[in-house]
Parts: sequence; C-alpha cells; structure tokens
Amino acid sequence: MFRRLPEAAGAALAVSVDGQRVEVRAGDTVAAALLAAGFGHCRTSPVSGAPRAPYCMMGVCFECLVTVDGVGNRQGCLVPVREGMLIETQRGEREVGR
Amino acid sequence: MTGAAALDDKVDVAVIGAGPAGLAAGALSARAGLATVVLDENPAPGGQIYRAITTTPVQRKEILGTDYWHGRELVRELESSGARLATGATVWSISRDLEVAVSHGGRAHLLHARRIVIATGALERPFPVPGWTLPGVMTAGGAQTLLKSSGLVPEGRVVLAGTGPLLWLLAAQLLRAGGAITAILDTTPRQNYVRALRHAPAFVLSPYLIKGLRMMAEVRRKVRVISGVTRLEAVGEGKLKEIIFATGNGAAARMAADLLLLHQGVVPNVNLAMSIGIVHRWDGLQLCWVPEIDRHGNSSVPDIAIAGDGAGIGGAVAAAERGRLAAIAAVRALAPAAVSGLPAEQAVMQALAKAEAGRAFLDTLYQPSADFRIPAGDDTIVCRCEEVTAGQIRANVALGCEGPNQMKSFLRCGMGPCQGRLCGLTVTETIAAARGVSPAQVGYYRLRPPVKPIPLAEVAAMPQPESAVKAVVRR
Repeated sequence: MFRRLPEAAGAALAVSVDGQRVEVRAGDTVAAALLAAGFGHCRTSPVSGAPRAPYCMMGVCFECLVTVDGVGNRQGCLVPVREGMLIETQRGEREVGR
Repeated sequence: MTGAAALDDKVDVAVIGAGPAGLAAGALSARAGLATVVLDENPAPGGQIYRAITTTPVQRKEILGTDYWHGRELVRELESSGARLATGATVWSISRDLEVAVSHGGRAHLLHARRIVIATGALERPFPVPGWTLPGVMTAGGAQTLLKSSGLVPEGRVVLAGTGPLLWLLAAQLLRAGGAITAILDTTPRQNYVRALRHAPAFVLSPYLIKGLRMMAEVRRKVRVISGVTRLEAVGEGKLKEIIFATGNGAAARMAADLLLLHQGVVPNVNLAMSIGIVHRWDGLQLCWVPEIDRHGNSSVPDIAIAGDGAGIGGAVAAAERGRLAAIAAVRALAPAAVSGLPAEQAVMQALAKAEAGRAFLDTLYQPSADFRIPAGDDTIVCRCEEVTAGQIRANVALGCEGPNQMKSFLRCGMGPCQGRLCGLTVTETIAAARGVSPAQVGYYRLRPPVKPIPLAEVAAMPQPESAVKAVVRR
C-alpha cells in the first residue's frame, strides 16, 4: 500500500511482529513501520472482531493500538521503533495485566 | 531536554503542544526570562502541519513545499530561547491549581506551572461514511504524516475524497513525490460556491488565494477530479476493495481502490480544554466547538490560555501569532518589566489579522455537507471504538434520549479509547438533527481526565502531594 522514497531509506533495525523478524526503518513509529512492511491491519476490534488499521497517524483515533514489549493498547503512531522491540498485533479485548 | 526528572519541577509557563502555536508561545515566553517548558506527545516538535520538521527524511524541498519549511524557523526560535522542549511527553491531566500531569519516559510526573498555554491544535473532522472503519481507509492527514515522517508514498489505486485545502495540498505533495492518484472525489457542495462569493473580496487579500489556485491547477492537470459528490461508501471484506459514489442526484458508480484517503476539514481538539471545564460555544460556520477566549487566548479558567487551532481554526500562520499573544499575556502577568523586550503587541495583532483575512471565505466554501456529517444510512458506524451506528443513536433519540451523555449510558458511544474524538461531533449533530434543535442545545460529551490513557502503575507510583495524603489519611 506504501512505498518508500529512495532518499528516505535510512538505517534499518530489526523488530519482532507476532514472533516474526521484520526489518524496519530507524526513525519510524510502530504504526508507520507496520504499514511500510505491508501489514494490512494491526488489531481486531473488541466489539465485532473486525480488522482495524492505523487511521489518523496523529494520536487521536486509537485504531493503531498494539502490544509493545508486553504492554497492551500502546498507540503505535506515537511510539518510535527500537532494535529488538517486541510488537504484537491485538485480537479483540485486552487480557487483564497487559 | 531529555531528563525525565526535570518534569517534576516548578515552571512559570507550561505550554502543551509543540506545533506552531506552542513553539511560538514557548519561544517568546522563555525569551522574556520566564521558566518555560513545552510538552508534546510526539517524538519530535512541529505539530501536524510541521510534523517531523527536524527529522523528515524527505530531502527534496519542493515535495512538501516552502510553507512546510517555515516550521524550521519556529523550532530554531524555540531552541535559542532557553525554553525546555520535552517530546514523547503525554499530558493526561491539568488542574485548576495549574498542575500538569505528564507521562514521560514510562513515569508519571506532576509539573507545577504559574500559567498554562493549551496549544493542542486540531484534528480532522470525523467522516462517517459506510465502510470508513475498513483497513485501506485512512485520513488524508494520516497519509501526509507518513510522507513527512517516514518518506512513505501510497501506491496502487489511491483515491482522495472530501473537501478542503488540505486535500489539495496532500494531492500536490503526493504527485510531487512521484505518487499516482486514481481520482479525487470532491464533496464540496455546489451551493457553497455561491454562498462563499460574498466573502470573496476579503479573501483576495489572503496570501492563500494565489497559492491555492496554483496548487489546484497543478493537481487538476494530472488527476481526474470528480466534483459534486453527494454519496460515498467504502466497500470490502476485511479491507477496502472498491468505492461507491454518486454525484448530484445521479446513479451510483463504482471505482476499484486500494487506499481511500478521507478529509473534510479540521476542528479544534477540545479534549484537554473541556476536561477542565473551559467554556466552549458552538461555531455555526466552522461547525464545531470553540473555546470562549479573549484577544490573548485567555480562557474562562484563570491563568489558562488557548492558542492555535485549538482556539478555532485559523491555520498555521495565525496559530503562531496567537501563540505569541498568549505568551505576551503570560509575560505581562508574571514579569511585567520584560514586556518591553518583546515584539509590540500591536504588530502581532496586525500579523494575526492578515493571516486570518478571508477565513470566512474558506470556512464557507469548504463547509462540509450534512450528507457527510450526519449519516443518512442507519447502518453507518458513528462511534468507531464501540461500533455504535447512526440508526442506534436515532432510535435512542426516539426513546427520549436527548443528549450525548445520556447516549453514552445507553450505547457506550464515546466511551472507547478515543474518548469521543472521532465521534463526538457526529453524535451531537445526529441527535440535534433528529430532535430538530441546534447542536448548542444538545451539547457535548462531559470529558474527564485522564484525557489520554496511561498505565495504572504510573499513577500509583506518583509521589502524592501533602494535600492528597491529608484528604485520605486519618490523623
């Protein structure tokens, strides 16, 4: 859905998305990195289970919620990626404690 | 500033938001010698219009345009002013005692200020059409953020839909970046052109006129523009597949699409200001809530000012001038002797008036149609978080539910993580239309802190002020 401008390639680092190693661009947020890597959605809704993807990219819509390093419901568009980050897409409701 | 501990200090002025208003307010206030901190939840300063201004990987200046690069001057002014800038700092509560609660570096902090400037800006108006929750549908602003922050350009069949200057700006930027746009579905109501005419003389003086016309011509040369769109639907199973649309009273047409970018203007982001009870009124032209403020941005709550688009949409240049006026008021209150070293208030007022010239023309021309603010179809989702539909809201109005807060109790609309940011205006206007009263009579959600979710552990670990301990501990 998105391609990177050649001039914007930048340094790469590796994160884990649902246990799968993914190379991302240093400087991207989690939500941008997921879209750039071709992830169609980042969670399913806790109400109907419908898939949802980042919508506003500016911290207001809460569609890009993901679990980051074990902490659930982080706004992916506000969290910069870090080497070794463990990102999990979310299915439905949050479990108690994360 | 990187040290988290510094956020537990006392400051003279706390500015919330590092967009044009916050950057300008922070710079001027610090230059006058006031201890100033500028807080922003994003990883870098700039707000939305100057997003990633210090970090963008987009090197060719012409892609984002000269107006974008003006943001660098504002950041430089702040950096040389002595103000502290804290990024990744999420303000989740403010109090009438001027305590600012901030989540930063995985810890909650309490900052004590003598004045607060709220510069939390705007967000894109909700665009509740069928299918707007599908992956493959996002806001035009979202795509612009991806371009500015990450150098990402949409590919495949990309369709822009809606109305307003930002839609055209994004189209121009994407084209300059080598992107392709399948079509622009322009939802500007045809009657708006006539209604806007009487405001045209003032707009002739606006610096936006020539720029705007040039940009639209640039886009029209390369993209199919379909005007007078009155119906819009995103269709797909689990992701966007096609768009159904119609113009005027015409028959529905279909268009295959991979990405639909929606936009119908911006509205003030009122959550923080309303959470502290700042009085707002319904603006019948901009169709949104705006705070009651004086010329310096002072709100109904003492020592709290609102600057920038959060005080009513005026654009980036006006936002910076409003930030300066809020700073001048802060300096006058806290360090009157330093006022003489600041730019003359009269000059700032004049610059603001110039930036706002012709605003009524833009607001009238790009006022979105009721078709796209109040969903006609009962199945259209209004509250994305809790998946509440327009039909459910109308059914509850028929049962006697008269306002958004009662609606929350019945349907949970506005009670999801976005706290009404993406549904509040639609809920108010849908209820108003169903009841046949004005949005002002219907009112808005009661908003409460925390205005952004923070982990309970952060709150629990906060040092408690003496008064709070006294309130619960028996002597």
